[in-house]
Amino acid sequence: MSEKVVRIVDEGLLPLIKPPDPEDLRAANRQRDKGLVDKRMSEDEAIARFVADGMYIGFELYGSVRCPMSLVRALIRSGKTHFDLAGQGVHEADLLLAAGIIERIDCTYIGQEVYGVSAPLRRAVESGQVKQVVEWSNGAITWRFKAAAMGLPFIPTYSMLGSDTLKYSSAVAIEDPFTKRPICLLPALTLDVGFIHVNRADKFGNCQVDGISGFALEMARASKKLIVSTEEIVDSEVIRAKPHLTVIPWYNVDAVVHAPFGSWPGEMSGMYERDEEHYRMFIDASQKAESTDAYMKEWVRDLPDHQALLEKIGRERLDAIVIGKGA
Amino acid sequence: MSEHAAEYCKPELMACCGAREIKDHNLVLVGTGFPTMSANIARYTHAPHARLMQESGVYDAQPKRPALSVGDPCLNPGAAMIGGLVEIMGMFLQAGWVDIGFLSGSQVDKFGNINTTVIGDYAQPKSRLPGSGGANPIGSLAKKILIIALHDTRRLIERVDFITTPGYIDGPGARERWGLPADTGPEVIITNKAVMRFDKSTGEAYLESYHPDTSVEEVVRLTPWKLNVADDVHETEPPRVEEIRALREILDPNRMIRLYEGRGYV
Repeated sequence: MSEKVVRIVDEGLLPLIKPPDPEDLRAANRQRDKGLVDKRMSEDEAIARFVADGMYIGFELYGSVRCPMSLVRALIRSGKTHFDLAGQGVHEADLLLAAGIIERIDCTYIGQEVYGVSAPLRRAVESGQVKQVVEWSNGAITWRFKAAAMGLPFIPTYSMLGSDTLKYSSAVAIEDPFTKRPICLLPALTLDVGFIHVNRADKFGNCQVDGISGFALEMARASKKLIVSTEEIVDSEVIRAKPHLTVIPWYNVDAVVHAPFGSWPGEMSGMYERDEEHYRMFIDASQKAESTDAYMKEWVRDLPDHQALLEKIGRERLDAIVIGKGA
Repeated sequence: MSEHAAEYCKPELMACCGAREIKDHNLVLVGTGFPTMSANIARYTHAPHARLMQESGVYDAQPKRPALSVGDPCLNPGAAMIGGLVEIMGMFLQAGWVDIGFLSGSQVDKFGNINTTVIGDYAQPKSRLPGSGGANPIGSLAKKILIIALHDTRRLIERVDFITTPGYIDGPGARERWGLPADTGPEVIITNKAVMRFDKSTGEAYLESYHPDTSVEEVVRLTPWKLNVADDVHETEPPRVEEIRALREILDPNRMIRLYEGRGYV
């Protein structure tokens, strides 16, 4: 073998929360049931079966769009805790942080877009409740999922270089042996459990998304277990009539949860708009720990399930955000 | 000589300054707020073939109202294509298609480095901010970056506490040394007081123009680094009638842009 070595030109100071392990994901994939079996179950059953304390979890969304909120609330109610989180988050990360069940974060963006910084993130990080935050970008985290989904240990990028984002990450920059230029290597990221909300799925877990696809395709394939919630459960014929719309195939999916308005108070492309009034109410409540706790009690902990939440919101209010009805 | 609008607010002037940086046929990666406003002003005035792409994966959006978030589904109808993050940040941005990207931050320094991660020490932050989001790849990979900032001695700073997104890092040649693609980097900082352009030979921002109600002296006083002033420094051209018409009649009839006045952009 050649004695030549590849030169490391820069590296992140922080340890990897979840080191890449392509063999582990391949082994998990080989163990999975590939049959077309009925995977319908409730939020609570999916979480009871597939989620354990201390797991590395992640949620797919873009801003408040297509965020699996019914699963987030059920996860908080389950009492399971000590999670590590891939954080491309808005409302869902706020609730998880407010519930105090997150220990470490691979952070890309946790904030409120036009409404500014996330007060629950500030409290959780500045108080030391969250033990470690590791920096990435939204591009970087999705590429990390892509690497894992392809069965690889890393993926190269020309971003991160020359920044403190790299310094406080776990990335490594090397001299590329082909071009001799520096390039940043992003370690593959595999989730113990991934959570994704879609527009429609069949009972086997073939999932279709309308609108932007975010990183659903990559994260689904980088998850050792995947819990999908869906606005509608449709016959397989509906999926198979337009198979080009399918972004997640059945064999990637472990649970199919029927969750109409599952993204509320966020939105679903073509179905309903964001509940801006509730969203602002949460932002206001989230500014102080006490009012956040009161919100969590009223809107998460005191409700038995997603159906109870929908009843609490009320038909009239939900109709007001439905595209073609009130919106 | 164009006619100028009789009345305008400061955020409208800033949006016009952004629009004037956009050339015809440019592909512009936009977020919400100023970027969308600027790109649309450009499209309806001097750059009819400029095209807007959203970081969320919407190609050539034709929004009928200002988007409330980057992923706002109001951007979807009429777009040429809708995709996902891997391809818009990787195959579109990283592969060199993006002419203009917009960024802002809690701190911006004289080299155009931007901080959206922490104020204070990383391990014990005074303030934990959202993190990079799309900013780091956009700032690393777009051809020209337009930075929007509040002009005060807290937001503008000699050296950011944390480089979330690299500008010229610590001076000329640094981007290339670190391996960032050639022909990329910040072009201007557009503030509520001035337009500061980057001198590529030093990597530092200098004063190009000051807005109508301010002066060179005031801008220099409000800038916490030794601000170089262009020999031909001049007053910023106020919004032209056709620029304001594009903004108010087509994209922002409710003047949502005035929200920025409440955030100090006055």
